[in-house]
Amino acid sequence: MASRLMALWDWFDSRMPSVGDEFRKHMAEYYAPKNFNFWYFFGALSILVLAIQIVSGIFLTMNYKPDAALAFGSVEYIMRDVPGGWVIRYIHSTGASAFFVVVYLHMFRGLLYGSYKQPRELVWIFGVLIYLTLMAEAFMGYLLPWGQMSYWGAQVIVNLFGTIPFIGPDLALWIRGDYVVSDATLNRFFALHVIALPLVLLGLVVAHLLALHDVGSNNPDGIEIKKHKGPDGHPVDGIPFHPYYTVKDLMGAVVFLAIFCVVMFFMPELGGYFLEHNNFIPADPLKTPEHIAPVWYFTPYYSILRAVPPLFNSQFPGVLAMGIATLILFFLPWLDRSPVKSIRYRGPYYKGALAIFVVAFLLLGYLGVKPTTVWGQFSDPADLLDTKDVATWVARVCTILYFLFFLLMPWYSRRDKVLPVPERVTH
Amino acid sequence: MNEKKIDNTRRNLIVATSAVAGAAGVGVAIPFAWSWWPSERAKAAGAPVEADISSIAPGELAVVEWRGKPVWIMRRTKEMLEAVKKVDDKVTDPKSEVPLQPEYAKNEYRSIKPEFLVLIGICTHLGCSPQQKSADAKGEMGADWAGGFLCPCHGSKFDLAGRVYKGAPAPVNLEVPPHSYVSDGTILIGDDRKGA
Repeated sequence: MASRLMALWDWFDSRMPSVGDEFRKHMAEYYAPKNFNFWYFFGALSILVLAIQIVSGIFLTMNYKPDAALAFGSVEYIMRDVPGGWVIRYIHSTGASAFFVVVYLHMFRGLLYGSYKQPRELVWIFGVLIYLTLMAEAFMGYLLPWGQMSYWGAQVIVNLFGTIPFIGPDLALWIRGDYVVSDATLNRFFALHVIALPLVLLGLVVAHLLALHDVGSNNPDGIEIKKHKGPDGHPVDGIPFHPYYTVKDLMGAVVFLAIFCVVMFFMPELGGYFLEHNNFIPADPLKTPEHIAPVWYFTPYYSILRAVPPLFNSQFPGVLAMGIATLILFFLPWLDRSPVKSIRYRGPYYKGALAIFVVAFLLLGYLGVKPTTVWGQFSDPADLLDTKDVATWVARVCTILYFLFFLLMPWYSRRDKVLPVPERVTH
Repeated sequence: MNEKKIDNTRRNLIVATSAVAGAAGVGVAIPFAWSWWPSERAKAAGAPVEADISSIAPGELAVVEWRGKPVWIMRRTKEMLEAVKKVDDKVTDPKSEVPLQPEYAKNEYRSIKPEFLVLIGICTHLGCSPQQKSADAKGEMGADWAGGFLCPCHGSKFDLAGRVYKGAPAPVNLEVPPHSYVSDGTILIGDDRKGA
């Protein structure tokens, strides 16, 4: 039997050797540093979630109707009448949030170990592009159930484009294809969500991985394992990705899927964070919900938007700040002037800056799901830049800290007291 | 790489064909991008609406529909305009700083001609439709009520220029849609340009 299978493989391999070649190049003979830790699970998990989303998404489209009159009903039909439909839909909705959980942790890993630094700038840039595409994908997907939050969230986000000077109103009209968010908007968002953006996403993931495998993976020590090669030409501190890391990632996937299933089966709405309560009410263009909040993964940027006071009666400065807050990520490899990569050998400046950044980001995220009145108002009667809300002021401070982390980085990363970096990886 | 002389004729041909292919690519993208503009059906449904205002009696309110929303046209009397001035200190945004009206309606009476007020009749709180409460409704609205609108859902009060009273759940004034006068007796709702 075994020899029959081997013969079959030989037959295949002699006709199409590139399959085996690519498998060796990217798996069996791709040497990854042997000191990967917990933080290195999230890249592989992102691919797992991408696969989950594509498969569950394909099956959702089989019953979903991208029509303003039918969309909400078709989602309820999936939930109630389609055999197993509720599982497929909850897989997809939980997967959307899980995607951002693993991607945020994956990006944080990059910040911890300087994975964006030379020579991995392109890996980082493709990663940021994946993150931005993912945000567009999630936003457009959120319109499809055509609930109140879908509708008004889309209305608010599209109107952000409307604040751009001169071209804004026409741009918003062009994006919507109507004077309000309507059937035309739903149809094009459906097309982008199920075809265009997933293709872009897959292409970017391939580019991200090719760029990574060309330069090799970073590691928690932030040193280049390619500097020390054994007589066989392979890095002495590297181990083949397959089977060593495929097995390790499989273990990570099991733990991840266990948590995923707990959320999916026992708390798919996760208290309104994964699926907002207002979205169980059909979209009503004549009735604005009391409190419009985006889903949790957008809230840090939504907070930045709200924190910037309007200038010249225009919300555009806030929109600009939100845009720059995401685009500034592209420049990270050049803002960081530290001679070392990993946090293990960085000094107190970077460690402090990163800690402040994480706290500011989480606070912004928390405040973004709450109304601005959540922490009450200052008793001082004077309006401080249009608002007395304590929360708005906290968000303003956090917004400034968010930007300072990046803008001051060239200064503090260079002056930091770094520790000597070892020649070989430690573990 | 072994040294090779660049053949400029071939190089120029490559540059030229690439430029032509690039231009063709942009050309092909145009119809696709074009398809995102509102369709003829959407444009017809969102077209400006003409309204006859000559038949509105002083103090009366007429309602027309534009893009699926109720638009109010109110013919205000002298007393009503006085009432707008009187409540300046009771409303949240007396000078209409929040851009909920076109530039030409950013004035004391929030209108092109003080006499005619044009508003979108949807509460800026949760989208209910407010009701007219004349100055005679003092019994219900309080002794200093000067006339205006009350939203039945959550009690937001608006004055006779659609400005929201302080302490109301609605955060901002009622919206003034773009409009223009075709003639003295006719206005066009949804279009700023005269005679368009």
